[in-house]
Amino acid sequence: MIAWNVTRGEIEDFLYREAALLDDWKLDEWATLFTDDAHYVVPSNDFPAADPTRHLVMIDDNKQRLLARVERLNSRHAHREFPHSRTRHQVMNVISEGGDEQGLRVSASFIVWRFRNDRADFYVGRYDYVLAAAETGGFRIRYKRATLDMPSLEAAGTVSIIL
Amino acid sequence: MLDSDLARLVDEDLTRFRVDRAAMTSQEIFEIETVRVFESVWIYLGHESEVANPGDFVRRTVVGRPLMMIRSRKSNAVRAFFNTCPHRGATICRQDAGNAKVFQCFYHAWSFDSDGALIGVPDEAGYPPSFDRADFGLMPVPRCESYRGFMFVSFNPNVEPLVDYLAGAKEYIDLIVDACDDRIEVIAGKNDHGIEANWKLLAENSFDGYHALPTHETYFKYLAKIDKTDEPGDDSASSSYLANGSVRDLGNGHAVIEKFSPYGRPLAKWAPSYGEESRAEIEQLRARLVKRFGTETAIRMMDNGRNLLIFPNLVINDVMSLTVRLFMPVRPDRMRVTAWAYAPASESPLLRAKRLDAYLTFLGPGGFAAPDDVEALESCQQGYAAGGIRWNELTRGMAREPRATDELQMRAFWRRWRDLMANRVLAGAAR
Repeated sequence: MIAWNVTRGEIEDFLYREAALLDDWKLDEWATLFTDDAHYVVPSNDFPAADPTRHLVMIDDNKQRLLARVERLNSRHAHREFPHSRTRHQVMNVISEGGDEQGLRVSASFIVWRFRNDRADFYVGRYDYVLAAAETGGFRIRYKRATLDMPSLEAAGTVSIIL
Repeated sequence: MLDSDLARLVDEDLTRFRVDRAAMTSQEIFEIETVRVFESVWIYLGHESEVANPGDFVRRTVVGRPLMMIRSRKSNAVRAFFNTCPHRGATICRQDAGNAKVFQCFYHAWSFDSDGALIGVPDEAGYPPSFDRADFGLMPVPRCESYRGFMFVSFNPNVEPLVDYLAGAKEYIDLIVDACDDRIEVIAGKNDHGIEANWKLLAENSFDGYHALPTHETYFKYLAKIDKTDEPGDDSASSSYLANGSVRDLGNGHAVIEKFSPYGRPLAKWAPSYGEESRAEIEQLRARLVKRFGTETAIRMMDNGRNLLIFPNLVINDVMSLTVRLFMPVRPDRMRVTAWAYAPASESPLLRAKRLDAYLTFLGPGGFAAPDDVEALESCQQGYAAGGIRWNELTRGMAREPRATDELQMRAFWRRWRDLMANRVLAGAAR
């Protein structure tokens, strides 16, 4: 256990700013929050504990694919998201789970709303983060996992936005 | 609607093939389709390996009907039952999958063994002497047969044997299962999602080579970057791969497109995106497949991708990864899709990880391509509401040797659909 001298308020500020970047579609800036060895993972609905090297998940991005995802969403050719949907990332129940050599472990609850074409979709679940200390102060994201509570994507259909 | 009206939903002559958009929007047609298509042919249920051990079960909804697939503890046979208590109707199996000694209905605690026999009734003395347990076993689905591990059911007791129904599709299942060393397993974690569109639009989309470049430009760009191949354009490798594939009508509504794969394949074509660490292993696998199946068959197995539709609602895409996609009608404008990743049980952890990585890039609800397919299908369904235009055009390739970017495969699907809808196919008669 490595002691991190941070308050929940500092962690929350960081997560809220990340959420605002996503809702504002400032995806290039959002991607700069991630370390070069970062992973962004969304497990399949039916298997929250999945290991992406052995089990089928929905998203398992390293930094290269995360940047490609951003480039795709910024283009006019990610048809599911052009024109962009309106989203609202709500982050709550933030808990610091303690630090180790990888960084500070943080969990939170989320509700992400997506509105487009007269549709209202929602994604509900749990975030697990590993946050690294940024050289400039504050945090960078080494690992982000968005585990969905819904047993299927019966309503939402896809995960075309970033959770 | 009269049979003759139903037959006219598909309109064709020598140079024109059109489908009435009412086939995607009409509630009346949807209800006829449930009976004449889905309750008369074979429908995929799942893979035998999902119930590998005696007492294993999975539940699955097929055309709105809750079913369960159970491996018998006595005979080891895999059977399908209607998931409803013969007593008062509650669903017996209330978990997606598991293993059980006894299947007990929670409502009045009737219990059944893995062969469906009623083995326990609380306070059985309350029933008249005529009460016979043998009358109240779980009801098996009328027909349940498997081909090389792929388990199908039919609600039609007179349907032809599964091997006859599969017709030319058998050869492709053989190719895929052979390449997997005859032992496929289903990777844990499935894609399970809805689409606000008629199910037939996904059947068309699943082997529509024509849409690949325009709809999935962002995917091909990404692939070009990581595999250092040409970007899509008129002269690029990906354009010629899409143009030069072949297409075959396999009979009974099944069809396939097959083409050289510009991307890597876990079985067994190395590409830069697979990383140097997997190169030697993939080369060994190539050599083994050539030795076992001969150069011609092995090269086809390894270097070609194929998109196979087994009529009406099963798609086996043997592409950058092996995916099995099953879709069920819910309403005229809504379907439910389940997709799995299948793989050889013998695969090494390294290649398994590469396979999964390749799957995610293109496929699945969070991939770089599949969400845009969902958008395309929903957009078509929304467009039908406009009215004004009655027909969908499926004429491509009618005046040349059809290619993978043409529409022969869709015409094969629609002809079979029309023949079933218009009662032109006798129950149990293979084409």
